[in-house]
Amino acid sequence: MPEATSEATPEAVPEAMVELRQLSRSFGALTAVDRLSFVVGRGELFGLVGPDGAGKTTTLRMLAGVLRPTSGDALVAGASVAREPEAAKHHLAYMSQRFGLYTDLTVRENLDFYADLYRVPRRQRPARLERLFEFSNLGPFQDRLAGQLSGGMKQKLGLSCALVHEPDVLLLDEPTFGVDPVSRRELWLIVHEMVGRGVTAVVSTAYMDEAERFDRLALLHRGRVLALDDPRTLQETLPGTQLAVTADDPRRARQVLRDLPGVSQADLFGDRVHVSLEGEGMDVADGGAQTVAAALRDAGLGAVEVRPLAASMEDVFMQRIAAAEREEAA
Amino acid sequence: MRDVLHEPAATAAPPPGDEAPAVEVEELSRAFGSFVAVDAVSFAVRRREVFGFLGPNGAGKTTTIKMLAGLLLPTSGRGRVAGFDVYTESEEIKSNIGYMSQLFSLYADLTVEENIAFFAGLYGVPRERRGTRRDWVLEMAGLGDQRRRLVAELPLGWKQRLALGCAVLHEPPILFLDEPTSGVDPLSRRSFWELIYALAEDGTTVFTTTHYMEEAEHCHRLALMNRGKLVALDTPQALKSGMREPLLEVETDDGVRAVEVLEEARKSAPGIVRVGLFGRALHVTVEDADGGPARVREALAAAAIGVRSIAPVEPSLEDVFISLVEAAGGAPAD
Repeated sequence: MPEATSEATPEAVPEAMVELRQLSRSFGALTAVDRLSFVVGRGELFGLVGPDGAGKTTTLRMLAGVLRPTSGDALVAGASVAREPEAAKHHLAYMSQRFGLYTDLTVRENLDFYADLYRVPRRQRPARLERLFEFSNLGPFQDRLAGQLSGGMKQKLGLSCALVHEPDVLLLDEPTFGVDPVSRRELWLIVHEMVGRGVTAVVSTAYMDEAERFDRLALLHRGRVLALDDPRTLQETLPGTQLAVTADDPRRARQVLRDLPGVSQADLFGDRVHVSLEGEGMDVADGGAQTVAAALRDAGLGAVEVRPLAASMEDVFMQRIAAAEREEAA
Repeated sequence: MRDVLHEPAATAAPPPGDEAPAVEVEELSRAFGSFVAVDAVSFAVRRREVFGFLGPNGAGKTTTIKMLAGLLLPTSGRGRVAGFDVYTESEEIKSNIGYMSQLFSLYADLTVEENIAFFAGLYGVPRERRGTRRDWVLEMAGLGDQRRRLVAELPLGWKQRLALGCAVLHEPPILFLDEPTSGVDPLSRRSFWELIYALAEDGTTVFTTTHYMEEAEHCHRLALMNRGKLVALDTPQALKSGMREPLLEVETDDGVRAVEVLEEARKSAPGIVRVGLFGRALHVTVEDADGGPARVREALAAAAIGVRSIAPVEPSLEDVFISLVEAAGGAPAD
């Protein structure tokens, strides 16, 4: 969907730190990444958001210079990943899903190892480690073997190792996958701090509820960009309205609502029904709430409460997938 | 795909009100040496309920589930699962539960049908019922046309539906799930939850653990554990509206410095409970909605940080989770 790229013109951002130009990668017959083009400006926190198989990991691996594009190119800190994949490496930090921690080394030894690898000058190390420990709360655990850390702590250590050389560009592949909410929040705090200090970050996630943290994000699906914008705009430009309905018999309410003209989605969430209205064929002056309440009353469903609901990123994703599929079918 | 789920359930449902809880634990505890992993936990899960079980790593969730699944004996307390005692009837419990984990145990190099046949054998589904159950799984999962395809070739969302079907082949009254939909696209996730609600409607009790707040929102009730104790149990809505301290979203000129300033202010004077970055903005938990915004404004003005907006925001389930964990002593260090 190359049209989406027009929203990300270079003048919208101060200085391009990452720039994708029709970046593509195939594995045999499978096109994992299909002509991605967008620009990430200096100091921006940019999200690659999509389910497994959307092309997030393949995109990040190409940006990190560890996988060659099949066609197209990307510039990272000014260097072409297709022509000079090594050139950007000392400007960037890449944390893959299986970041190479040494499980038989301690937390401190892992950090020292990466500091050596990235040639961090010895006299800068104490201050830098202190700051990383401050972010990560790993200080009290510096003598523990990495293999004995919990999942969330391993992720924080991986991120700290990736940050030890103070990179300009941070590429993080699903850093919060499988991490509990407390550790997840700490990981995000580290990322927000880095971005606040001017680092450019491209972060992937399959969790739609993390999308609101990004300055801008690309919704990816099957290797393509479904939408690219800031989260608020994506939510506000979602057509129609969303309602939360409480009823005695939520499954029957859901069925009644699915048959109501103008309803595009009706799904159960616990004992509530989330309803999306397209706004065609009904009076939506009140967001459609009265029409919905009346339809449920007519069907004999009591104790109905209808409340407006803010659009979630999941709603945006669903709507964009449906639109893309209609386009393909046409 | 929906209608097949109304195949009559194997056991007739008793009238509501008469039903014993599907899971009932009282003062359930488990110690490992001097470490108390689960500390006098009591709760009941109603039949047909979709029950979410949350907590940070090390909170005692896995230990609790192992006891409920008949895999680990409690140190003290009582527990019944599907009417069977967790001390003396663990074999009966094992044959009355289904289990599906995020790393589901499907065989990638077998076809859809071969996987179903394998699990039917494993769970001891009577031979004369196997054909019916196989057809039910294929219909429920929408895999009728894919029956001879290798599982390795299926998209993730389909694998998850097949894994769900295999986990309930023996029609267990209780189904345990572990982050069942992590990584799938939203369309597949919604169709998965449709299946879960349909199973619940037909009498199955669903007990799910997750770190994923979007999954937690789908549960009828949520239990939250921390440091071995049960710290909250209610509907997602009630948990959100029960969060006592208001949450403010604060937009400033310099988020990183604003956090430092408000952290200092929090230490020196009351009013500010918690501060965190959320994207470019700050999420600030305050003691009261009336005085809070002024307190924040004052602290930022003193440090010459420009404030663009301060507005109350509805707490997310994640905010509630963090707040409850902190109130209960914080997450275990490891």
